Parts: sequence; C-alpha cells; structure tokens
Amino acid sequence: MEAFIQAVGLITTPQTLVAIAISCTFGLFVGAIPGLSATMATALLVPFTFYLDPIPAIATVIACTTMAITAGDIPAVMLRIPGTPSSAAYAEEAYAMTRKGQGSLAMGTLLVSACIGGFIGFIVLALVAPMLAKVALRFSSFEYFWLAALGLSCAALVSGGGMIKSVIALLTGLAAATVGMDPLTATPRFTFGVTELSGGLSFVPAMIGLFAVGELMRGDADVRAASGGLVGGVFKGVGSTLSKYRYSLFRGAGFGTLIGALPGAGGDLGAWIAYAFSKRFSRTPERYGKGHPEGLVEAGACNNAALCSAWIPAMVFGIPGDAVTAIAVGVLFMKGLNPGPQLMTENVQNFYAVMLIFVIANALIIPLGWLAIRTARRLFSVPRHYLAGVILIFSIVGSYAAVNSLFGIVVMAGFGVLAWWFGKAGIPIAPVILGMVMGPLVEQNFLTSMIISRGNFLGFFERPISATLGVMFIAIWLVPLAIKLTRRLRAP
Amino acid sequence: MKRLLRLAAVGVLTFMSGAAAHAEYPEKAVTIIVPWAAGGGSDATARIVAKLLEEKLGQPFNVVNRTGGGSVIGHTEISKADPDGYTLGNITTELSMFHWLGQTELSYKDFKPIGLFNADYGAIFVAANSPYKSLQDLVDAVKKDSKAIAGGGANIGGVNHLAWASFVQAAGGQEPFWVPSEGAAPALQLLTSGAIQAAVVQFPEARALLEAGELRALATLGTKRNASYPDVPTVEEAAGLDVSISGWRGLAAPLNTPDEVVSKIEATLAEVTSSQEFIDFMNSRQFGVNYLGSADFEKYLADRDAQFGAALKAAGLAKE
Repeated sequence: MEAFIQAVGLITTPQTLVAIAISCTFGLFVGAIPGLSATMATALLVPFTFYLDPIPAIATVIACTTMAITAGDIPAVMLRIPGTPSSAAYAEEAYAMTRKGQGSLAMGTLLVSACIGGFIGFIVLALVAPMLAKVALRFSSFEYFWLAALGLSCAALVSGGGMIKSVIALLTGLAAATVGMDPLTATPRFTFGVTELSGGLSFVPAMIGLFAVGELMRGDADVRAASGGLVGGVFKGVGSTLSKYRYSLFRGAGFGTLIGALPGAGGDLGAWIAYAFSKRFSRTPERYGKGHPEGLVEAGACNNAALCSAWIPAMVFGIPGDAVTAIAVGVLFMKGLNPGPQLMTENVQNFYAVMLIFVIANALIIPLGWLAIRTARRLFSVPRHYLAGVILIFSIVGSYAAVNSLFGIVVMAGFGVLAWWFGKAGIPIAPVILGMVMGPLVEQNFLTSMIISRGNFLGFFERPISATLGVMFIAIWLVPLAIKLTRRLRAP
Repeated sequence: MKRLLRLAAVGVLTFMSGAAAHAEYPEKAVTIIVPWAAGGGSDATARIVAKLLEEKLGQPFNVVNRTGGGSVIGHTEISKADPDGYTLGNITTELSMFHWLGQTELSYKDFKPIGLFNADYGAIFVAANSPYKSLQDLVDAVKKDSKAIAGGGANIGGVNHLAWASFVQAAGGQEPFWVPSEGAAPALQLLTSGAIQAAVVQFPEARALLEAGELRALATLGTKRNASYPDVPTVEEAAGLDVSISGWRGLAAPLNTPDEVVSKIEATLAEVTSSQEFIDFMNSRQFGVNYLGSADFEKYLADRDAQFGAALKAAGLAKE
C-alpha cells in the first residue's frame, strides 16, 4: 500500500502529467493521420525521453502508444483506411456503419470499448501479471505456429465476400511475405538480385497502399456522405449499444489480455480473432459486414486489453512483444528501470507507477478522442479532391518514413493497384495485411518446429497445449464442411 | 567585365561560405543500423552508444533495427549505405564468420571500422526443471547421443552456434544439433517452454529469466569466471574442456567514408566509451567494456577473421 502511495506521488509530478498530456495529444494526431503508424509516433518520441526522468519517460511511451492505436480507428471509420494492422480487422464494418449514417456511433463504440478494454486489461495486469508471464513462457514454436494458423483461419472465415475470396486475399498476403531472405537460413527468395527486395516487402507501406491508395483510386467513396454520418453526438447511443453487447465487451477484453501477453503474436492477431469470435457467437451473424456494432465492441475492447498485457512479458522477462514494446524496453533500460522480476520486488513503486500511467492514458481516450472526432468532422467539409491530395501526400511520407527508402513508395503504389483490382473483383483486402504480418511468424515457427521435431509432423501434436490448439484448428476447418456434407447427404 | 568579375567573386564567396557551413560533421541526423532485433544485446549497446554520441555531437543518432537472415541483411545494408557518414552501423561477431560459412561474401574488408566498444563471453544455460544439474551431466548426455540434445541461441553459424559446436566436439559427441532462431529471446522462450534442451547466450540476455528462477547457468564459455556471476564455473573448471569463444560489437561505417568523418566519430566514441555513464550502463547490464580505436579495431577484426575461420573448420562448418 505504501508503495502504491509512492507510485501516485511519482506520477502526479508536473513533469509526468505534462509529459502524458503532450504525448497523448501527439499520439492522437499521428495515429489519426492515415499513413502514419503508432510505431512511428512512439519512435519519434524516444529522443525526447532522454531528457526526462525515468517515470515521465516511460509515461511518454505508454501514453503515446495507447492513444495512437485508438486513434488509428478514426481514419478506419471515416475513410476505410485503418491506422494499424489491428484496426484493419474491422475497418470494413466500421466504414459500413459510416455509410449508413452511423459513423458517430461506430466511433463512440470503438472509443468507449477501447477504454473499458484497457481498464480490464489493467486490472488483470495488476492482479496476475507474473502468473500470466509464466504461462507465456511455456509457449514454444509449436504453440505459436498453431496460434498463428488459428488467427489466419479466423480472417479467412469472417471477412466479407465469402470464404474463397478471403482465402485468395490471405494467400496473396502470405505469398508477399515470402519475398526476401528466409528467416532461418538467410536464403534469398524472389529477390531477383535487388537489394531492396532482400529485406522483404514491409507491411506498413503495403498497408498504406492497400487501404489509403486503393481507396483513393477507387474514387467512388463519398466522403461527404461519410461526414454526414458523423452528425450527432459522438457518445449518443453508445451506452445502450454497450450494455446490449456487454458479454462481447468482457469476452473481448478477457481474450485480449490473454493473447496480448504472448510475445510476438498478440497485438496484431487479437482484434481479428475477437471479431471472428463475436460473429461466431452472435445471435445475428448475418448482419456482420453491413454495419453492425457488435463486432466493433469485442474487437475494440480486445485491442486495448492486448496493448496493456503486451507489457507483461516485456516487463517481467525483458522479452518485447512488438515493435512498440521493444522501443519501450529500450527506454526502460536506458532509464535504469531494467525489466525483470526485480522490477516488481525491489522497486515495486515503479511498477505500480507504470500501471497507473496505463489508467490515465486509457481514461484520456474518451475526452481526447471526442476532441479529435470533432476536429475531424470539420476536416471533412473540405472538398474531396483536396482531401484526397492531402491523404496521398501523407501516404507517400508515411511509406517513405516506414522503411527510410524510396522503395517504400514503390511498394505502396504496387499494393495500391492491387487493392484497386481486388476491389473490382470483390476480393476483400484486409486479409492481405494479416497474411503479410503473420506470414513470417507462421513460417519461422513452422521451420523451427520442424527442425526441433527433426522433420516429424506429429511433433505438432506431442505437446499438450500445441495438440489442443492443433485440434481446434482442424475443427474450425472441418466442422463447417462436415455439417454441409451431412446436410447435403440428408437432403433428397 | 569588372561587373562580371565582381559577380563571379560574390558567387565564389557565397559558394565557399556555403561549403564552410557544410564542413562541420554532423549537420543532420545520423542513422545507426543494428542488424539484430530490438531488445537484444546488440540493440541495447547500440542504443546507449547512439544516445551518448548524440549528446556529444548535437545531432540525433537514430537506431534502426534491420533484422533477418541471421544479421546478413543488416550488415549488407550498412556496407552498401552512402559513405557520407550519415549511415553508420553496429557490426557484430557474425561478420567474422559470414564468408567462411559461404552465407555472403561480406567481410570486415567491406567496412571502415570506427571502434570496438564491447567484447564478452556467453554461457551454457538449461531450464530450471532440466535433468541436467551440472555441466558434467550435459557433457555425458551429449557424449551418449548428441542428436537428442537440441541447443539454441541464435542463427546458424553465429558465435553461439560455433561455441555449441566446439562444446559438443570437445565433449566427445557426434554431430551437434542446433535449432536456429532470430536471437537470444526466442531461443530462451524455446528453452523455458521445453522445446530445446540447452541454450548458449550471453549473461545479460538471460539475466531477467535467471533472476526469476526460470533458468540455470551451467558454465561460462570464457577463460575466466564472469565477475557478476562468480558462482558459475568456466567450462574448464566444470568439465575439464577447453572451449572459449568470444563475441564482439563495434561501430563501423561503409567503406570510403571520408577519413575526417571517421576520425571525428572515433574520437567521440573514445570519449563516450570512457564516460561514467557508459561504464555504468555496461556494468548494469554486464556487458564487457572493451574499446579499440579505428586502426586497432581493424587489426582485431583481421585476427578474429583468422581465428573464427580455424574454429569453423575444426567444427566442420566452414565451406571449402
């Protein structure tokens, strides 16, 4: 308790509070601009943390990330351009709501579920962080492989446009992920002797191309109609929506906390699986993809809960889960707050302080998010052709900045054309991104596992957790098929 | 004519003053490429060096992680960067081995070494619940069936792999069984989850897990005990084997980087590596501080190249 009071003292200094306020605002703006990512926002802030005390320094990173990830939903709702791979999971759905004139409800629902998800994640984190970290340590390449395979299956099964088209999109993403050097032996593949290609096609420019550029090329999206969808209070109707789907809310948050704690897999996958869960267990699955808030509740809550628990392996064992926590671990080390169990035993007030920063950042989502939406609404009164120009400029800058090379812009343009063509053919584009993000993970864990089991496929079923996940994976694909088959056989 | 001359003089003067203003390196942000993932040992040391260089030279030194291909990608990128002094790189032990292994033609000759700032020894770890209580237990198991004992630590042909191969050879085992991974953290994850039986990583990389009681250190691969872990014996003490392989980390620029730029960073690096802040940081994470200037570093790299070549051939890893 004494440590807790000390922690409150640590974060209520003017320096910390100002750092939180500024980095939240900064994260909000960077996250809300299509083409600029949460990782970029956080990386840009690192030089400033050098001049801050340890607690404000880490507060800067946490506040900025939390806000940038949430703000990534704003362009997803308004323009169908997700700010992060996780908001790609529900960009289609949220945009469908906007076109129905329910943009405010979509945005409000996402904001509030993110905030609640974050709080639930925090509570779990405060209570069982060390335990959850121990569970995460028991996951080997075998379990990660199945987890990734499950995540990909979810995307294939829930995306709009039917399963065959989703699978085409997913496989396109996975194929794009094989460009570059083999992760284990560094054998170049599909590089054609081009140095830029040997590093692979990085997903940030690809995502910008697929969503932002693709959308601009489509040119039929009526932004004015979208802005019309934002009329009305941001939080009007959110309360009743959330209480109607409260089980989704808690399931999303709980699930997000669990999956977020797995280093490397969590953050990006969470929203996809949560969205799929939500559709599977919904009473009205047929309304999904046409502007239905239920999936947004679950995925939004999952997102921020996962964000919270991604810090568990990072803080307890120094194993960062994603690019953002890797940056944060660097800041922790630089400030002498070395990750490890001693962070929770020796200087426990520092650990509590970090936790409290999460609470503050999550609480700020609502007022700052509201402000951002109010501002964004004004922005959409700008004629579409001007807006398109600005979005294109940000896309180009973002693609360049993501890889520090002009090649990023080439990748962006290529995927933009692909998205336009997919749009014509009615193939969903969101699974392409998931394929690209998860491709290396699937491949690496598959190869590692095969090396460990010395080429024996049954190795994937020899460990208890791995076998369970494997059976789940097979069931997901076979059960619907079996049901269809029996129905057909029974039918005369 | 007079007017034309005057104009020309003004032009020349403007040009010269422009050139003078440009002479002071660095005048914009410098990128430091780290060929390994964020959060690992190379990343941590590169970040502290970058931070201190930034403080001394007054321009941002941005660390960029270019991972993959067992650091081939990152190293290649450093060597192929514009030699203008605005892209530097953290080169690591693996560079001494690439060409012996036939992974890439890249060697220390493709870089302009600036300075060595760290060299240290790894150790052999097992999970806390492992049946191997001492190094001798592991030696016996390896001798019996080296194919049953999976070791991990980083990529194929990396210093950790090499250390494992020489250990297996010294222990009298047959072919070493190595599971490659993208660095220490994923290998330790495989170790704690029971997918592999032993890991060769650096002490700082295993520190948090060691303190959490998830790992057991069997022996250090150095010739002396690690000062921070006086209880962990050397391989020689624990099992009477002669295995000692060291890793190193240094700062380098692409070949053909102007000498004045290199000597400016070299001088600053010398200052930085002897600063209290650097020493405290390295001690707190148990990285060995080891500074060598540009010329000495080049010689050190040439020595390493020969040593590692011999070791790789002995372990049967070198491509003929």
